[in-house]
Amino acid sequence: MASVLILGAGSDMAVAIAREFAAKKYDILLAGRNSQALVPLQQDLQIRFNVKATVHDFDALAFDTHTAFYKSLPQIPDITICVFGYLGEQEKAQEDWQESARIIHTNYTGAVSILNVVAESYAASGKGVIVGISSVAGERGRMSNYMYGSAKAGFTAYLSGLRNRLFHKGVHVMSVQPGFVNTRMTQHLKLPPVITGQPEDVAAAIYKGVVKKKNTIYVKWHWRYIMLIIKSIPEGIFKKLKL
Amino acid sequence: MQKRLANWGNYPAIASEESSFTQEDQLRNFISSNHELIARGNGRCYGDASLGKHSISMLKYDKVLQFDTEKGILETQAGVTLDQILDIIVPKGWFLPITPGTKFITIGGAVASDVHGKNHHVDGAFSNHIIDMDVITGNGETVTCSPTQHTELYWATCGGMGLTGVITRVKFDLKKIETAYIKQTQIKAKNLEDVIRLFEEYKHYTYSMAWIDCLKQGDAFGRSILIVGEHAQPEELSDKQRKAPLTLPTKRKLAVPFNLPSFILNTLTVKIFNWLYYNKNLKREINNVVPYEPFFYPLDAILHWNRGYGKAGFVQYQFVLPLEHKDGLVAILKRISDKGWGSFLAVLKVFGNQNSLISFPMEGYTLALDFPVRKGLFEFLDELDEIVLQYGGRLYLSKDARMKQEVFWKSYPNAEKFASIVQQYNPDKRFTSLQSERLLLTK
Repeated sequence: MASVLILGAGSDMAVAIAREFAAKKYDILLAGRNSQALVPLQQDLQIRFNVKATVHDFDALAFDTHTAFYKSLPQIPDITICVFGYLGEQEKAQEDWQESARIIHTNYTGAVSILNVVAESYAASGKGVIVGISSVAGERGRMSNYMYGSAKAGFTAYLSGLRNRLFHKGVHVMSVQPGFVNTRMTQHLKLPPVITGQPEDVAAAIYKGVVKKKNTIYVKWHWRYIMLIIKSIPEGIFKKLKL
Repeated sequence: MQKRLANWGNYPAIASEESSFTQEDQLRNFISSNHELIARGNGRCYGDASLGKHSISMLKYDKVLQFDTEKGILETQAGVTLDQILDIIVPKGWFLPITPGTKFITIGGAVASDVHGKNHHVDGAFSNHIIDMDVITGNGETVTCSPTQHTELYWATCGGMGLTGVITRVKFDLKKIETAYIKQTQIKAKNLEDVIRLFEEYKHYTYSMAWIDCLKQGDAFGRSILIVGEHAQPEELSDKQRKAPLTLPTKRKLAVPFNLPSFILNTLTVKIFNWLYYNKNLKREINNVVPYEPFFYPLDAILHWNRGYGKAGFVQYQFVLPLEHKDGLVAILKRISDKGWGSFLAVLKVFGNQNSLISFPMEGYTLALDFPVRKGLFEFLDELDEIVLQYGGRLYLSKDARMKQEVFWKSYPNAEKFASIVQQYNPDKRFTSLQSERLLLTK
């Protein structure tokens, strides 16, 4: 049975992704900081979809454990989806290095650390799919969230480079650029409904994207064009805006 | 973030801070750091019970924890909806022990309203089928309660509209089925007397309810269609159905895309609808085998049907009268047909006996009606409340958005007891809703 490893399985988006793939009969490996907390989801996937689900302790910030974590998995997953992320608080991060570091290390360093391990494994076996959930926030730094945005920008660039390299080894890498998504991470924000997706939309788009071997997907689709416009504003004008 | 929230009737609508969670400790932190909270499921109750300053959305707390396919026992987190549960259990030969007329409610909501179904006279309400459940009470403690442990909390939580705490986990019995179909019989009743006689005659059927024309006057006053049913046996299915007896044919869903102008629903259109509905059955009695969905959930096939009542919304009025006072039914229906404010969906049903602390059902007749919100409606419903009180009846809290507090305290015999248990588990009035404030339960 084909299997999917979900890194950061505690979030709303991860739940939706796990269910999407379980519904398509993939076995699911759930990895998160507190694997005990993932047991209800494990049971849920097994009962709803009759697939095998397992839970694994994984801490994105404990870089030196990543190799051992990957080796301890019961099987090499056919697909690895990197879902974890940390939005943080921009204003706090401006003054507090701890907050900045957490944003950078969760969204960028931690992701690079674990995906390096997965990439080596997939490159060696000549197959596998890596999906990284980045963010449209990484496409241009804005005053309201450039800490998060710059970490995601780094991650987006990493994914594109990895895609380039692993293409020659038969491994596919897909970048996911969600715009606004209704999750616990964003529940305190006021998001415009038309361009705000649900976690289930992201999950469905990822599954479709994997099947079709897409390189970069946007959820919802409007975001590709919204970001095109935002990116094309000349810097001289952009810097004067309060975005 | 402040959000506009309203329940299914679109009345009342309020601005509320909504938060969701996926882990119990997130919920516990939220409870201990906030006041004026109320848990909220899928927003399908009709009144103001799950509306408050801070609402705790239970929809992401939706994991199915255990399914014993041998004994028919299901254990889930409280935010799972009945439609998700049906998708899991029906293919394995099990059904919900009790289901209301929509499957788009959460299990937590089913407990908090102690919902009843078409089988109340046989199987009781949802509280009759719970093995145990967890409630996070006002001091942030998780208490497991059941009919044998922490019984006061148990009975005050079943039908308690979320005031004892947040229901987080429920373990309950399922009902064994052989097929996903219902063998139904529809019988036309000429008038109210006739339908009450038919209810008596058909009381051995597991499921029964009647659609009633509440606008008809004269000899045909209270003309109805009684609908009764049983879970079908494999041999009662057609050859095609028998190939996959536990699988339903997939059907397209319709949706009402936006709020319809409220003038669409008036006395004339309701009369036309009622005429068509009554006369579509040419024969006095019709027998057929139908999938469980149209039998239990006819309105779920039209998504957002509540928009049909327009922007002002509607209220549902559901009362129960004790068996010996069915003359009260005549008095109330008479008022409604004289007023000419009948609804499309008037549903009559018999309840069986039930031990309850604060649950709605009692042995007798229950009638549910929709009324679009308009000038003079609440005064009119106050008049109906008087009749309900006079005949020893009460109103369903899940459908209530407007009852005066004294009507509640007079009609629920255990109200004082309930309030004292709420006080015990929710001492700081941390859990409070528009409804509980209106009824002076948490004021």
